[in-house]
Amino acid sequence: MTKGMKKYFKKKIVWFLITFVAALILNFILPRLMPGDPVNAIVGKSISPGATQEQVQEQMAFYRHQFGLDKNLFGQFMDFVKNAFNGTFGVSYSQYPRKVSDIIGSGIWWTIALQLPAILVGWFLGNILGAVAAYKRGVWDKVLMPVSLFLSAIPAFGAAVILLVVFSVNLGIAPANGAYDPGMIPNFSWSFISSVIAHYQLPFWSIVLISIGGQAVGMRSMSIYELNADYVKYSRFLGIKDSKIVRYVFRNAMLPQVTGLAMSIGSMVGGALVAETIFSYPGLGMAMYSAITQSDYPVISATTLIITIMVLLASFMLDIIYAFIDPRVKAAQFD
Amino acid sequence: MKSTFKNILHSPRFMVGFIIFVIMLLTVLIYPYFVPRDPLLSLGKGFLAPGTYFSVYDANNAPMYRVELPEAAANRLQSDLPESDRKLILDFLKAKGADTTGLNTSNEGIEALLEAWSANYDEADVKKSKYDGFSTQAKRRALSRLDTKLKSFASGVSMNVTRGDEEGAEATKVSGADFARVDQVANTISLPLGTDNFGRDTLTELVKATGVSLLIGLIAGTVATLLGLTVGLLAGYMGGIVDDILMFIANIFTVIPGFVLLILIYYSVGQEARGVVTCALVIGLTSWVWTARSVRSQVISLRNRDHVNLSKLSGHSLPRIVTTDILPYIASYVVMAFILQVSSGILAEAQLSLLGLGPKTTDVPTLGLMMNWAKLFGAYTSSNAWWAYFPVILVIALTSFSLNLMNTGLDQVFNPTLRD
Repeated sequence: MTKGMKKYFKKKIVWFLITFVAALILNFILPRLMPGDPVNAIVGKSISPGATQEQVQEQMAFYRHQFGLDKNLFGQFMDFVKNAFNGTFGVSYSQYPRKVSDIIGSGIWWTIALQLPAILVGWFLGNILGAVAAYKRGVWDKVLMPVSLFLSAIPAFGAAVILLVVFSVNLGIAPANGAYDPGMIPNFSWSFISSVIAHYQLPFWSIVLISIGGQAVGMRSMSIYELNADYVKYSRFLGIKDSKIVRYVFRNAMLPQVTGLAMSIGSMVGGALVAETIFSYPGLGMAMYSAITQSDYPVISATTLIITIMVLLASFMLDIIYAFIDPRVKAAQFD
Repeated sequence: MKSTFKNILHSPRFMVGFIIFVIMLLTVLIYPYFVPRDPLLSLGKGFLAPGTYFSVYDANNAPMYRVELPEAAANRLQSDLPESDRKLILDFLKAKGADTTGLNTSNEGIEALLEAWSANYDEADVKKSKYDGFSTQAKRRALSRLDTKLKSFASGVSMNVTRGDEEGAEATKVSGADFARVDQVANTISLPLGTDNFGRDTLTELVKATGVSLLIGLIAGTVATLLGLTVGLLAGYMGGIVDDILMFIANIFTVIPGFVLLILIYYSVGQEARGVVTCALVIGLTSWVWTARSVRSQVISLRNRDHVNLSKLSGHSLPRIVTTDILPYIASYVVMAFILQVSSGILAEAQLSLLGLGPKTTDVPTLGLMMNWAKLFGAYTSSNAWWAYFPVILVIALTSFSLNLMNTGLDQVFNPTLRD
């Protein structure tokens, strides 16, 4: 590790920490700027119709105390930080007395199980298509390019809706919403697993279809750029085998694509919002959406914090990986 | 400069995208002159399928219309009740022992034949007692089928509509016996894309919504590009602590995903203040980051070029150096970034509105609001009203497609290595 390298990493880590703290504060403040008193809504739901004014007041005071809303903003912030570090994230307002960690715990696995494979499959298929189009040119390219451009122009919710209508409403071969049959209790039986797989298809393919187009377009133009680079021409003059050159070309062209992959994995939860709301998939995006509509501050703060941490980690990892694998970054940053 | 424009005009990708975009823009601008109706006017109840409709009642006290189609019923019977069916009726009547005098299978005798049939045929009776020649299951089924067919004739055959007053005296005969031309009927309305859940004409609404969404995209794109350009120029050119602070702010915007930030700002602004312009501004304010980053990295590579140093040595002011020595070099990139920002602004509005966070819903339609209504009122599940959402998706896709095509076309012009 050279001196320049050390300095580079030190600077990165310092900025990483500062950004994290600032994001933590924003994650706390922003949801609380939203209008609507969450306690009002809860008391309105739970109290019996004949309650007197005092009883209502008493109930409200009780919930305010329970949620720590009777403290000042700084006190609330300290509670938030404490709860964030011990991993419970406090108590949900809208699903009182359920713990936020419980809500997130039940949602995050659905989101990861849905998004991670879909992002990876879409990424691989898109990149292979893009690389082939760039290398073969001709008909492949002429047909593939406009098609992928058009595919990537279809909005995520549009693809989801079209799949939903065609395969679920009209053909009736796939269930329309939820992650499993509503009459079932999650267990390890074959019927439950097959129900999960059936419900998985539409959200999964809606994400894959969208990402293929964008990835293919990006990979194609990067590959063409690299294929025309001087080192490729030089290698051809030297008589190096084509298959060998192609391997180098695509490795170089992959670099920006890797960035895209890391960022889309990092922002997975936010990206899940659309697909999950259309298919009512019980993931983290759904949890965040319903929390927003119900002013459930702790759940909003916790989900946005998870997104923040994931994106931050992804970009931090990228910085570090790049510093090692890309000589251009190495040269620019370490000197 | 001139040759660049020529190159752009010769780029097929750019031109295709440009033409699609211009066609959409012209439609948005010209359509209201042909259909001056308010796009949010409710014409009926619920989803009406695409087609031409005529008004059931007439609010303008215009003369009432009655289309008389006296021949239609008879004509239809003649053509739809073949000789074999008539013979079957006659055979049945004979088998049952009914009075068949005067009945025959000619065209003129149909009416009498039908009367006799309805007087004598009884499903249960036929099943019980086996008449001569109708003892088998198959024969009895044939009778039953025939009866169903005849019943369908009886209901709704004649459409009697005349034009005129109550007395019906002065009747304009609509030419032709069986069919009336739609444009001869008063108060018709053509709905090529049907109506949405509120009974609004989807096509008119869609055209208006496209215009509003393009405006949102334009405002959001302009704000994002200007902001990104300013931040990128400052950070890249000044460097040092200014760069650190600006990039820190940009990092915050990356780390807290724009989508979440948008939702939160949206809720904070409140339903009432959420007009189209507010919506566009909020989208613009949250999507400048990547423009700023790319501008910054390009400015960093530019700022140590000889011509910039020369300018500095000559004592030129900062604004002058930026505008004359740096901006021209990144202008092509900024134009491309702007196009992409417009397209992503339109998409962002659509996604926000889909989640119920769009502009206030009573003023104007936007593409996202139309998607939201379609979703809320079950257009893609219970009503199966494809016309309420599919054209919207298509318009969004076409808009981004045309903008992306223009962008790749420009990319090829400005970066010769990408050319085919």
